[in-house]
Amino acid sequence: MLIFSLEARLKRQAAFDLLFRNLTRISAFSVLLLLAAIIFSLVVGSLPAINKFGFGFLTSMEWDPVNDNFGALVPIIGTLVTSSIALLIAIPVSFGIALFLTELSPRILRRPLGIAIELLAGIPSIIYGMWGLFVFAPLFADHVEPWLNKNVGDMPYIGGFFIGPPMGIGVLTASIILSIMVIPFISSVMRDVFDVVPTLLKESAYGLGATTWEVMWKVVLPYTKVGVAGGIMLGLGRALGETMAVTFVIGNAHELSKSLLMPGNSISSALANEFTEAVGELYTSSLIELGLILFFITFVVLSIARYMLYKLGKREGQAS
Amino acid sequence: MFNLYNRRRIVNAIGLLVSILAMSFGLFWLCWILWTLFAHGLPSLTLDVFSQMTPPPGSAGGLLNAIWGSLMMTVLGTMIGTPIGILAGTYLAEFGQRGWMAPITRFINDVLLSAPSIVIGLFVYEIYVVHVKHFSGWAGALALAILVIPIVIRTTENMLRLVPSTLREAAAALGAPQWKVINFVTLRAARAGIITGVLLAVARISGETAPLLFTALNNQFWSNDMNNPMANLPVVIFQFAMSPYEDWQNLAWAGALLITLSVLTLNILARVLFRQSATSH
Repeated sequence: MLIFSLEARLKRQAAFDLLFRNLTRISAFSVLLLLAAIIFSLVVGSLPAINKFGFGFLTSMEWDPVNDNFGALVPIIGTLVTSSIALLIAIPVSFGIALFLTELSPRILRRPLGIAIELLAGIPSIIYGMWGLFVFAPLFADHVEPWLNKNVGDMPYIGGFFIGPPMGIGVLTASIILSIMVIPFISSVMRDVFDVVPTLLKESAYGLGATTWEVMWKVVLPYTKVGVAGGIMLGLGRALGETMAVTFVIGNAHELSKSLLMPGNSISSALANEFTEAVGELYTSSLIELGLILFFITFVVLSIARYMLYKLGKREGQAS
Repeated sequence: MFNLYNRRRIVNAIGLLVSILAMSFGLFWLCWILWTLFAHGLPSLTLDVFSQMTPPPGSAGGLLNAIWGSLMMTVLGTMIGTPIGILAGTYLAEFGQRGWMAPITRFINDVLLSAPSIVIGLFVYEIYVVHVKHFSGWAGALALAILVIPIVIRTTENMLRLVPSTLREAAAALGAPQWKVINFVTLRAARAGIITGVLLAVARISGETAPLLFTALNNQFWSNDMNNPMANLPVVIFQFAMSPYEDWQNLAWAGALLITLSVLTLNILARVLFRQSATSH
């Protein structure tokens, strides 16, 4: 009798085990489902636009809600340009910050300074947008843009990018604010991967008489280059999808101009500005297709980033 | 010989100087942004902000309904997202050693972790708002929950992996079935870390604007009804800041200060909590 009830209890526990395992498995599966659902619903939502414009959507510069004629080229270029400029600024700065935090900073300051940089990532993007619109843009218009016009505008080749009315809002302003936002992401990944470098390796280099800079540049960076590239891609993924900060300062003009001082548009800011006011099926579905394009681009970029970071993680596993 | 040494020394000095400049560059923006927030936000942060509804332009008012709506949606979003995230994270850490599902889920989750939040807003709009034909607080909470899940999964898995397997083996040797081992031993051992993850997730969603634009929209009045459009701080800030009215802009600054302070407090709280648990082990 006793043995019988014990067996029943064991069986019940086994059933609980099965139940619990499957519950966790379903939850994990829901993540995959979520991705599939996002892609599916965006594709369905953008079907009217896909049917109407086909691949021409990607290359057309039209954006005419009145005549229901839409093309995605302007926002796509705007997104790519702002993100690239943001990275151009953010990569060297992030490298400097990571270098400072791993090699230079006094031990007591390392933690608080690291947290301070991470807090920069914690500030909501709408705050960056507001600050950019009310504080940064006016200063930029009064002091930096006239200077750019005067001194850089005449230069051959690059001059054309920096000539234009000093309005404060525009592609360049958006890029600068984006760069401030991605600096903490890139620098914290860089710092983490720099910490992966075996101390032995660094000490050997120091022992041979290398300077701090040489250790960073010739030992640490080559060792971690995959991870650093992964961190940069991660920052790029962030920059591409960033919405509110860009919406405030980019100016939302559906036109392409060579000058970076002119207002432009990005995919996310077009969505934020126009989606709730969009009337008509084609307008809405064109905007959803913009969202689909954005999701596709960031998905590819982030996948590459993760792949690179995994590769570095694997090597770390082998080395130890 | 002398020349080479000097050159290396100079290159090193320049490199380190630039690094220090980069660090100050980063801190400079942080200080500037915080300073602006306090300078503009504090004068507008009166008691009215907490006791009055959002006003029409030109009259006095506060942000009470927006604060309340934000709280409701953040809490609900966290409550929906956290259990799923913890369970899925548990699967990845405890059951995911074999098979194809765990690595793929981990990868997809890491990608979703930094997916653009505006796309999540679009997604919820497509699957929910379109079908019920009106914006609602539930849609907003759902969008926020989708943002919570990847963060919680990530931290849960990481924290469970830090739990030594001797602990699991000891419990199993005492005859505990696996669900008890996980629920009463490993998850409990990783509790502080997981709470940190949830706090970070709350910090992240309480400032999110983009996913709420197409889901909860906004509401000028007090509302407890999750089935109706709901006021929330980020969207109110967006709307008020973009408006030409000065009193609206002042309220936006007050709201911005409020959001930033709560987000930063949550961030710091999470770190302190995690540090305490890390040192006590």
